[in-house]
Amino acid sequence: MALDPANVGREFTSDRSYLVGRERVREFATATGETSPLCHDVDAARAAGYADIVAPTTFPIVITLNAMGAAVTDPSVGVDWSRVVHGDQRFHYERPIVAGDELTVRTVIESIKTLAGNDMVTLRGDLYDATGACVGSTWTALVQRGA
Amino acid sequence: MAYVVGTTLPTLTVRLTRADLVRYAGASGDFNVIHWSERTALAVGLPGVIAHGMLTMGHAIRVVTEWTGDPTKVVDYQVRFTRPVVVPDDDLGAEVTFGGTVTSVLDDGSAVITLTAVFDGASVLAKALVTVKP
Repeated sequence: MALDPANVGREFTSDRSYLVGRERVREFATATGETSPLCHDVDAARAAGYADIVAPTTFPIVITLNAMGAAVTDPSVGVDWSRVVHGDQRFHYERPIVAGDELTVRTVIESIKTLAGNDMVTLRGDLYDATGACVGSTWTALVQRGA
Repeated sequence: MAYVVGTTLPTLTVRLTRADLVRYAGASGDFNVIHWSERTALAVGLPGVIAHGMLTMGHAIRVVTEWTGDPTKVVDYQVRFTRPVVVPDDDLGAEVTFGGTVTSVLDDGSAVITLTAVFDGASVLAKALVTVKP
């Protein structure tokens, strides 16, 4: 069943903030092969002017994918997560994310299209720090294969 | 740093094994079954267990971050996932080769780098664009 385009523009805000943990950043860096000292060594990160180690480029997906999953599997939207594949992904940074940041996600359904019998949902996730400043955004296009 | 259009970045070859997929699942929290269960992957029509697209994307950006030496220079990064990277249950895993070329330099000195990712003779990422600060 095609997803309802009436959902375009709907917003979902995470009810819990995400505390970026130093060890989680190191584990993610190791898992993706990022060896920069900025992502592993607190002294190196501080010497470069950061409060703590810096999250690797694709780290925000850890935060936004869960938030997006919760949004699109809401029964009113109706995405079947088991039929979803990742189509496109984009990250945009206002500033680097560092360990100790406490972030909340606002997810917006930007578009819903049907292509060749598959539904494509594009979601934007805006990440806000504890001061309310936007640190960056992610865009995730999910393709729900036809049943 | 001053970027020059046409500059080719050093290529990077990565071998992804099942252990790498398990490690990424734990580090990212993405426990989708198709990334570790052959039985489930085959049942949903895939050729076998596939790497997380985000794992491929995470490795691809190393072409840029190892070249600049500073991951915080990346201000924008996007890809389209076009083909799955199938990871066999052996010690060799799947070999993916990444490359990059500076394709434009913007007025403020930032550069756009176009990345490539090849697995099994075919491209697995399209529209893979990275914007880096000077």
